[in-house]
Amino acid sequence: MSRTTMDLWVGVFVAMGIAALFFLALKVGSISGSDIRSPYTLSARFDNIGGLKVRAPVKVAGVLVGRVSEIRYDNERFQAEVVFTVDSRYKFPTDTFANILTSGLLGEQYLGLDPGGEEKTLAPGDVIRKTQSAVVLEKLISQFMFNKAAEGEPAPAK
Amino acid sequence: MVGAIRRLGALVINGVWQLGFMARFFWLILVYSGQSFTRIHLTVRELYFSGVMSLLIILVSGLFVGLVLGLQGYETLQRYGASDSLGTLVALSLVRELGPVVAGLLFASRAGSAVTAEIGLMKVTEQLKAMDMMAVSPIARVVAPRFWGGVVSMPLLAALFSAMGVFGGWLIGVVVIGVDDGAFWAQMQDAVDFQYDVLNGVIKSCVFGVAVALIAVFEGYDCVPTAEGVSRAITRTVVSSALAILALDFVMTSFMFRG
Repeated sequence: MSRTTMDLWVGVFVAMGIAALFFLALKVGSISGSDIRSPYTLSARFDNIGGLKVRAPVKVAGVLVGRVSEIRYDNERFQAEVVFTVDSRYKFPTDTFANILTSGLLGEQYLGLDPGGEEKTLAPGDVIRKTQSAVVLEKLISQFMFNKAAEGEPAPAK
Repeated sequence: MVGAIRRLGALVINGVWQLGFMARFFWLILVYSGQSFTRIHLTVRELYFSGVMSLLIILVSGLFVGLVLGLQGYETLQRYGASDSLGTLVALSLVRELGPVVAGLLFASRAGSAVTAEIGLMKVTEQLKAMDMMAVSPIARVVAPRFWGGVVSMPLLAALFSAMGVFGGWLIGVVVIGVDDGAFWAQMQDAVDFQYDVLNGVIKSCVFGVAVALIAVFEGYDCVPTAEGVSRAITRTVVSSALAILALDFVMTSFMFRG
């Protein structure tokens, strides 16, 4: 069997298809997860996690360092427990502060860490104690309304 | 009245019969595949006719779909001040849905109909019977290579369609309208996940490839061996491929993307 031009075209076609797949994998969708090496888990408890979801990014100073791996409800403390994995290259002081923040006005919610000043660092499996819950828009608005209403009231008669 | 009920019954029985024959036919193709792979040049030849020859229509349609997505997406997104998310919109809609589905529909009408016509005409001119006489299995020699040619080329064509569409969206969004280039790609990469979006799209296109290729070879093999029968078989190939693609797409989407 000899080579034909048809074989050449089929080869070009298959190569183009595979190149397109690579383009989709690398340029369109970055293969996520592979950039987090040998992760360790930490967790944090929140009064309210808002719209945080599993696989949401964990960021420190805007840099992606890990992802949320599990969200569950702690029935004894009546709080949400967020378990997340962090790249083992990064260490955080024990008084690190965990917030739930929103990227942009309409963006997705993510877990932001603010490192504190302690010498000791968090070990795998530790729980972050200092947390701030997600901002719930309804609460914010109702607070604002109550403040406005309080301002508008006439001063009580003496 | 009685005649109508009788026709309805005949229709249903015929449908079930055909479905059973199709399942057995699929099994036969798989059984004879090993035999046909020993002559790989037959499959390569079909890859050329159904894959390479569909390349032009797939690339051009992908480009136009991407251009339209870019225009329409920008039109809507800029109302909410979110025109930077144009890349996300274009890439997600192409990779998840439009790429596999539209490429599948085009593939069914471009390559599927040609395969049906070819096999149908072979049946009309009794070439299939002649092969059987010479102890050459027509399924190993004619059907299986065409089936595998379609199955292999479909995911590649869908990937090319999606890539071309993203390029088209970029062309309109970044080059013509002036969305920021960095934001376009960065937001796209942020939102598109390889496993969840890209891989599920590839799985979809593989399933569509099997469905279209099976319907095409089956309708050709099963056709009434007359000129009219072949033309009917071609019509049925295009219609039932389109229906199969859209129905399978709904089923797979409801499994894959439940959020």
